[in-house]
Amino acid sequence: MGHTLVEKIIGNKVGHEVKPGDIVTVDVDWCMIDDIMVPFAVQKYEEMGFKKVAKPDGVVLIYDHFLPATQVDDSRHFRVGDEFADKYGIKNVHRTDGICHQLMTEAGYVKPGDIAFGTDSHTVTYGCVGAFSTGIGYTEMAGILGTGQLWIKVPETIKVEIEGTLQGNVTSKDIILRIIGDLTASGATYQAIEFTGSTVDAMSVASRMTMSNMSVEAGAKCGLFAPDEKTCDYCKIPYDDSIKALCSDNDAQYSKILRYKAEEFEPVCACPSLVDRIKPVKELKGTKVNQVFIGSCTNGRLEDLRAAATILKGKRVAPFVKLIVTPASRKIYREALADGTLEILSDAGAIITTPGCGLCCGRGGGILSDDEVVVATNNRNFLGRMGTSKVQIYLASPVTAAATAIAGEIVEG
Amino acid sequence: MGKVFRFNKDVDTDQIIASQYLLFPTIDEMKVHTFESLNSDFASQVKPGDFVVADENFGCGSSREQAPSVLKALGVKAVIAKSFARIFYRNSINIGMPVIVSKELYDAVKDGDDMELDLQAGVITVGDKQFACTKLPAKMQEILDQGGLIASLNK
Repeated sequence: MGHTLVEKIIGNKVGHEVKPGDIVTVDVDWCMIDDIMVPFAVQKYEEMGFKKVAKPDGVVLIYDHFLPATQVDDSRHFRVGDEFADKYGIKNVHRTDGICHQLMTEAGYVKPGDIAFGTDSHTVTYGCVGAFSTGIGYTEMAGILGTGQLWIKVPETIKVEIEGTLQGNVTSKDIILRIIGDLTASGATYQAIEFTGSTVDAMSVASRMTMSNMSVEAGAKCGLFAPDEKTCDYCKIPYDDSIKALCSDNDAQYSKILRYKAEEFEPVCACPSLVDRIKPVKELKGTKVNQVFIGSCTNGRLEDLRAAATILKGKRVAPFVKLIVTPASRKIYREALADGTLEILSDAGAIITTPGCGLCCGRGGGILSDDEVVVATNNRNFLGRMGTSKVQIYLASPVTAAATAIAGEIVEG
Repeated sequence: MGKVFRFNKDVDTDQIIASQYLLFPTIDEMKVHTFESLNSDFASQVKPGDFVVADENFGCGSSREQAPSVLKALGVKAVIAKSFARIFYRNSINIGMPVIVSKELYDAVKDGDDMELDLQAGVITVGDKQFACTKLPAKMQEILDQGGLIASLNK
């Protein structure tokens, strides 16, 4: 019987064939610890009594949620992280470079076939390059720091097949929102999702990243794309036989198969306050907004900022709307600066902030108050996530977000 | 015997403990804000030995281990739900807090009901009704029996 991509990645790592339901212990290639969780992971590591970190070069500390600090106690997290890195010889520390999930592939750490764990649920993002990666708690992270290993249950796979060409104002964000709506917020729990078909083959790695990133919103353990030439260009590795072998066999077994035609997708929003409450943008027309947020590990990449700039060029955001743009990394910020994207956004009236998690986790600039409405390109619209529990958060693509900022109400781009 | 605190489906970790409290250095400082957006009286009313009973997909969202940790610190004896999000489930076992899947319990109880849990026997009792608990995988039961991952790794 054939194997799915996730079974192959895990099987390669443990050196024998695996099937869904098997519990195996894997050697971990990458540990990502973000600033929120650093002090907790360090404390648990110390309670466990380890003398040294098993694989310091496989550990990456990234400060992003609390950057720049907005609360007086935030800097404690940076201090604890720096001290831990010094003490145990961890060289990979990103203090101001951008969002962890952007940097883990952009900075050249995670490659196809790798296994990575992070102290943040959106660690699933690295599935965009064909890596198995998922979020864990800080106690488990402390365990990996000391042992270099973690036990995992091999997941079943849901296959999502999309064929055809997307319409102009439809992005990979609209696709993943629709899929989450169809699967529901728990429909893929404990399972891998694998995205296939001519539509995803034609996508950039950045667009795939958006879909991997949000696979956890359907409960998935990981959201994978088989690596191709574009993946290898992005990861700066040769497209060789070992990479070509990282794909599901024709006779692989799936728990479920969802089939879509690209032409059927339309711009959608996830409505307050559930990620699976999906409605077409045209049905929400007329919903007044106070703020628009373009950024996050879901949609803060160069192609997202450019898509927004294409719509905002020569226009102004509505006078009562604050448009906040947060590039996902310094590299993206500089590229968008160099090619004039930031100038267009600034001319249109956008507030451009430093790279980081920003408003997405409710810590950065742009916190909202009771009854305010925000259209945001990030991944979660949970109650209270961006301010009070009476803030209305709609999740959308950068195209919808930019058009909405101009109109002052939800509209298609 | 403990009281039931009942929650709907898709309770996410932001609702269990919101991100603005994650900068507190200890779980004890965070725990008074547990479920603040859903039931602001929860933290003052819950007593050691009480239970959280929920519909589907409890603990979805962030990987924050602080979510099961604040529940444990408040003395919640176990969380029983129709289903759990995977990270919350793993985190709970790793900190030594029982998480139990029961498809029937949520629909059979109301807020404030008295409930008893016999973990060894795998039986929940509410009034004259009894419910069987589903078993954990052996690997997880072993970690839970030892009191969590730290105790388990130290062994």
